[in-house]
Amino acid sequence: MTKVTLTVNGRKVSGECEDRTLLVNFIRENLGLTGTHVGCDTTQCGACVIHMDGRSVKSCTILAVQASGSDITTIEGISSGDTLHPVQAAFKENHGLQCGFCTPGMVMTAVDMIRRHGGQLDEQTVRNELEGNICRCTGYHNIVKSILSAADEMGGAKQAAE
Amino acid sequence: MYETNYHRASSVDEAAQLMGNAGEGKYLAGGMTLIATMKQRLAAPSDLIDLRHIGSMKGITVNGRNVTIGAGTSHYDVASSDALKAVCPALCSLASHIGDPHVRHMGTIGGSVANDDPAADYPSAVLALNMTVKTNKREIAADDFFVGMFETALEEGEIIVSFSFEAPDKAAYQKFPNPASRYAMAGVFVAKKGSDVRVAVTGAGSNGVFRHQGMEAALKAAWAPDALAAVSVDAGMMMADIHGNSDYRANLVKVMAKRAVAAAG
Repeated sequence: MTKVTLTVNGRKVSGECEDRTLLVNFIRENLGLTGTHVGCDTTQCGACVIHMDGRSVKSCTILAVQASGSDITTIEGISSGDTLHPVQAAFKENHGLQCGFCTPGMVMTAVDMIRRHGGQLDEQTVRNELEGNICRCTGYHNIVKSILSAADEMGGAKQAAE
Repeated sequence: MYETNYHRASSVDEAAQLMGNAGEGKYLAGGMTLIATMKQRLAAPSDLIDLRHIGSMKGITVNGRNVTIGAGTSHYDVASSDALKAVCPALCSLASHIGDPHVRHMGTIGGSVANDDPAADYPSAVLALNMTVKTNKREIAADDFFVGMFETALEEGEIIVSFSFEAPDKAAYQKFPNPASRYAMAGVFVAKKGSDVRVAVTGAGSNGVFRHQGMEAALKAAWAPDALAAVSVDAGMMMADIHGNSDYRANLVKVMAKRAVAAAG
């Protein structure tokens, strides 16, 4: 067993696991943060997307020991108390989900996407950027709408602050 | 996944030393192929030597037309490098179409080239841009590097440290992605520097990435998509599987090559 130390959602945590333990399993089972999902378990569906050192990654294809020492954000860490993150609020407002299984990965992907594009997104870019996230319910239409709406709001808020 | 022992190297020398002490060790770069393969139990290394924390293996330097890319540089960092975009946008474009955004954040150029998947994108760039592959032991010319499917000139324990090349005058990469997996069913990288032209094909060849001399000669005579019209691509050299037979792939190679020349301008 190896000791893994991470900063997860701003809190320093550590735990023991085998070297072959996947990061997603460490997050779900050792830390009890079950918002990050295991969908396909083959690096395709994106239900396991989290942020590692500020970048979106698929936590089913990273060992927990590889991540040791890094700064992790999961779906549980993006709201402020009871106030939803603008991307979460946009998914709620636009009904960007049906069964909800892919949603944590979609939201984490959207947050990273909006950050990289500085809020400047169009529909085609959003659809291309969703290459690594699979939803089997919605046909993506409301997911794309939610992300565009959140990007507008976050871009607008940024301009207002400047 | 079978059990494994993880080691984190902080320098190239330390990585080589850790590998020397390992039983059946494997270097781990971004892990976007290796971890997936281990999960399927298609690989079972006793030890993993993680290269991701070796700072000297990361980053892109552009000095005039001379480019050096650290082997540990992620696809995302290659795709979004303004300095590289200014001298060789074709390579940024290639990197921006590998996998998906999350995979591009982890996967590295060195990992991709060392693995030499026959459908990987980067090997075509290494060959067409005539890159020099620098390892912890020597420098290897692109033409000597790729041996066959998943097989390179790298010796046991040898680590790719960086890639360097002189930016071409014109270049472009075009691929036909498999509609499901998005791996290249045929990908063609064309590069023109002075009177020299190199054309490298990935995804299609039954022996991995290769240069196509016929297309190179035709494009040296006239740099235009139509110059490729009379060139024949040998279907006998092509892979065949449920996604496409060898005639289909041979045709795709030519179509992608024409598109690449058109895109390069």
